[in-house]
Amino acid sequence: MSDILIKLALASGTIITMFSIAGLLTWVERKQSAVMQDRIGANRASIFGFKALGLFHAIADVLKMLSKEEFIPKGANKFLFNLAPYLSVVFALVGFAAIPIGNQLIIGDRVIELQAANINVALLFIFAMMSMGIYGVVIAGFSSNSNYAFLGGMRGAAQMIAYEITMGAAIMGIIMVFNTIDLQALVRAQGAYMFGGWLPKWGVFVQPLAFFLFLTAATAETKRTPFDLPEGESEIIGYFVEYSGMKFGMFFLADLVETVLVAALMATLFMGGWQVAYLHPDGFHFPWGATVALPHLTVMGLGVLSFFLKVSLFIWILMAIRWTLPRFRYDQLMRLGWKILLPASLFNIAITAIVIVLLS
Amino acid sequence: MENTTAQRRQELEKYFDAKGPFGLLRVAQMKRAWKQKNRRELTWWENTYLPTLIGGLWGTSKHFFRNLTLHILHVFGLYKDTRAAVTYQYPEQPRPLAARTRTRHRLMKREDGSPRCVACMMCETVCPARCIAITAAEHPDPNIEKYPAEFILDLGKCVYCGFCVEVCPEDAIRMDTGIIDTAEYSRASMIYDKKRLMADVVRHAK
Repeated sequence: MSDILIKLALASGTIITMFSIAGLLTWVERKQSAVMQDRIGANRASIFGFKALGLFHAIADVLKMLSKEEFIPKGANKFLFNLAPYLSVVFALVGFAAIPIGNQLIIGDRVIELQAANINVALLFIFAMMSMGIYGVVIAGFSSNSNYAFLGGMRGAAQMIAYEITMGAAIMGIIMVFNTIDLQALVRAQGAYMFGGWLPKWGVFVQPLAFFLFLTAATAETKRTPFDLPEGESEIIGYFVEYSGMKFGMFFLADLVETVLVAALMATLFMGGWQVAYLHPDGFHFPWGATVALPHLTVMGLGVLSFFLKVSLFIWILMAIRWTLPRFRYDQLMRLGWKILLPASLFNIAITAIVIVLLS
Repeated sequence: MENTTAQRRQELEKYFDAKGPFGLLRVAQMKRAWKQKNRRELTWWENTYLPTLIGGLWGTSKHFFRNLTLHILHVFGLYKDTRAAVTYQYPEQPRPLAARTRTRHRLMKREDGSPRCVACMMCETVCPARCIAITAAEHPDPNIEKYPAEFILDLGKCVYCGFCVEVCPEDAIRMDTGIIDTAEYSRASMIYDKKRLMADVVRHAK
């Protein structure tokens, strides 16, 4: 019984945390773009005179969305039209279940893996859920009875298929190096050290090319600029053109949740997840011989903290890319996906295989 | 493929020797042909998008970290003179106006508080938008011929050309209130009478 309760607490904690981060990203996005462009950003919403750096704009936005008319266009397939936004958000959120946010927490004689669902095919599960995210886009485009929405949906499908292959091929290198698709085991394997204990064996150091390929493909996966062809705000507005109110808000949120998911995935696969460099279960062991003993809970806390710091770092990078680059043209997008990224990721697999064979 | 600027100019001059009928059309065609002929193929390195990507991120990140540092320092009251954003918090912090900016009109007063205007009708005559309507009346003071019994200025029609100010022989009308946000709920309330034009205004920062 207590096992179920612990799992429930862990699962709801993970989902609520990630959902809050995604909600906070609306604020981060506004403020980061503003600071980049020498502006101040939204700062007018206030509650009893408190402005809190514009944080209340997120709440104001949600209230606005909730109070808007839910419009369903004539000739739309009502069931699918209503279903699509939920699919988008749910599949984006479910992926977090398999992300390890910390090491084993030991309380008394109970061992708790800080991972909502410690399944041994976690990577496959996350990729399956991210692929399912396409359905939200395609169904939204298909059911809206609008040419623009349909175009957006088709663009989304083509783009996500193109980039999902690269994404899968890019992490093949990681799977080959660490020999597992269990994310918790993958993170543990990244706790090893190279070059006489100086360099942590994180994914970004053993698979630098895969890191950049994955970063590009993941940016495309979030459907944000420079890969916002499915949305294409300036010409077709995209697969959610017919949506209004909170259903539009859900698509908007799904993009941000996907950004968090992709950032978490990159932190897990390439930056050692909850690993802190030189931190072992009993404290710091620096390569120059110094040791700092730390209690179990501190080590755990540092691990979770480092995971969220890494996630924030990647969110920052994704946001910086989004507010720096202009959008690709559609043929450029396809050429980049099929002619540059895919061969490069296959090349990466080949090189990794050769190096592994040579080293063993 | 590498052309120096001088070479390019020579080539352009040769190309654009376009005279006679359809000259401009030929210029356009030739420009296109010249562009196609001299198009520089991107190198392999440029085709990976990496140099532009890194350059762009470097540019925006420089701004980001500079402004973020300044914002944080401002919280602690440091470096207040260096601005971290170009934003003016508009209604509370109006944008500085140039000294010669033409803003909403006002009628100047004499020392006794009556209008300086002598109802000579110069501004009404010169106004290209015909937004001024003056009703003249005889002034009790024999030294002053007339005064405006009513002075109506329709800001809904005014084009802010400033001719009325230029033409006024008495310096009775000025456009220096600094008010640029004249907004009303109806056309009728855009029509300013003598009383409103002579009222003391809270000037925006100049």
